Formats: sequence, C-alpha cells, structure tokens
Amino acid sequence: MQRQLANMKQSLFDQGYLDEQFIQLEELQDDTNPNFVEEVVTLYYRDSVRLIQNIENALDKNPLDFAKLDSHMHQFKGSSSSIGARKVKIECTQFREYCRAGNGEGCKRTFQQVKKEYATLKKKLEAYFQFARQAGPVEKACRPK
Amino acid sequence: MAVDEMGGDCSSSGAQELHVLAVDDSLVDRKVIERLLKISCCKVTAVESGSRALQYLGLDGERSSVEFDELKVNLIMTDYSMPGMTGFELLKKIKGSSRLREIPVVIMSSENVLARIDRCLEEGAEEFLVKPVKLSDVERLRDFILRGEDKNKTEITRKRKTCDDSFFATLGIFTIIPQM
Repeated sequence: MQRQLANMKQSLFDQGYLDEQFIQLEELQDDTNPNFVEEVVTLYYRDSVRLIQNIENALDKNPLDFAKLDSHMHQFKGSSSSIGARKVKIECTQFREYCRAGNGEGCKRTFQQVKKEYATLKKKLEAYFQFARQAGPVEKACRPK
Repeated sequence: MAVDEMGGDCSSSGAQELHVLAVDDSLVDRKVIERLLKISCCKVTAVESGSRALQYLGLDGERSSVEFDELKVNLIMTDYSMPGMTGFELLKKIKGSSRLREIPVVIMSSENVLARIDRCLEEGAEEFLVKPVKLSDVERLRDFILRGEDKNKTEITRKRKTCDDSFFATLGIFTIIPQM
C-alpha cells in the first residue's frame, strides 16, 4: 500500500499539481506531528473559503477596484504557495497580471481557472490523505524522482 | 497567542533555546513558521499583526519592563505585506525603540523586489527571506543568532537573500538604489 501511496504522490508531482514546497512540509512531519501536512492543507482549505469569497465580492463590484483585487489575490496566492499548490499558484499569478493591466475580463476568466484548479487539487489531496491514513504511518518523506 | 515549549530531540548539549516572535496575518503561514521554528528548537510566539506584536513586546506602554524581561525575545520574524501595519512599519517601530532595537528582525515576503529588500535592510532588518521559508533558512538564522548572542557586540554583516543569487554575480558591481 505504501507503494501505491508513493505512486499517487509521484503522479501529483508529475502532473504538476504540487511543487517542492509540499515536500518541505512533509519533512516537517515526525512522530510528534505525524499529520502535519494534512493539518496544514486542511487549514488552507478552510481559510481559503474566506479569501475566495473576498475575491468574488470584489469581482462583483462596478467599477472593479484592481488594487483591492490584487491585494486579495496576493493573500490567496501566498497561502497556496505555502502548501505547494503549483497550478493554483500559476493561475493566481496570471490573475495578478490581469489586475496590473486593468483587464477586468481577464481577471474574471482567470478566476474561474483559479477555482477550477483549487477544486481539482482539493479532491486529489483528500483522496491522497485518505489513502495515506489507510496505508499506515509514513516512515520518511520520499522525494519523487 | 501562546508561548509553546519545544518538542522532540532538542535537549542536547545544553544549547540555548531562542525565543522567536513570529508575525504573519496568514493562518497557514503562521502554522508553518511555528513548526519550522519548533523543529529548530526555538520557543515560538506567533501573532497575527504588527499591533499585536507591539503589544506583546510592551511597546504599547501597557506592560512593565519587568514583565518584558521574563519573556525575552531573541528574534522577530515578520511578514512584509500585512493589513494595517506592514512588516516594514513594524521594523521601523522596533528599531526606533531604545529598549527593543537590539532585537534582530527578519522580514519575510513572497515578493522578491530588490527595492523592497534594500529598504528593509537599510532600516535595520537582519535579513530578508523570500517565502515560502525553508527549514534551512530557519536553521541558518538560528545558528547566526546564537553566535550573535554568545559574542560581544560585533558588526553584523547584512545579507541579501533572493531567489536568484546569480543576479548579483552578473551585476558584479554595487548599484546605488535610490531611497524610497
């Protein structure tokens, strides 16, 4: 089962959903904190609800306040980066570029992408952690090849 | 906010335990920095804003200096972009206090902006870390601070940490950055 777990993780990296930061978090896990990564990710998803709502609200305004949009997205991008959410982070960066260009349509379009990647990663990580719990305690973080 | 004890195998060789005040408005980042510091055998107090940090440090005039000494802070690590008081503003307040200015302050930011880095270093920041902060960053910092605590006052070299060290290698010369 550990083998299957490793494959799941490898695939998340191969497909570009996660980056090096996720591994950094795994290296902070030990016997005293065996579920640290899952805890951080859970915290991220819980906290992100608020951050995403802020952006939704700001996107509903007319005219758009790009400075505010950028600021909200900066916060969300920061959290996403902290858990290694690579694709989410990429879309966030694109969003911020549209903010700086004052491109409202670009922002709205990209935000749909942000939410899509966010939801996809959430599903995949939920499956991963559920499987990890079944597979038993992790000995040591393994670096994907 | 709470002062937490270290866990795990930090009790070797009677090494001094640093007390770090971490300031970050992001819940996720606070959790991560807390863990990084505990693994590096530091006591951590994590707060969510500059004003809370000042409160904790007794700079809001409410706490007596006796109380403050018992909670001696050896290092402050603060996020740069925070609502209300920025990390830069917090840095200025700390360096502007005769009581607190000796405490090393490290700025953390996800944005790798040269002007920002220089501004912070000019204002007295010990170091500027690009987020996400790694365990190696924290361990290096800890060792550096521990050496500083042992020594008598010596000039502390300022470091720049950016994602791309080769940028400076290619520059080759010091550039004058206009004051912001």
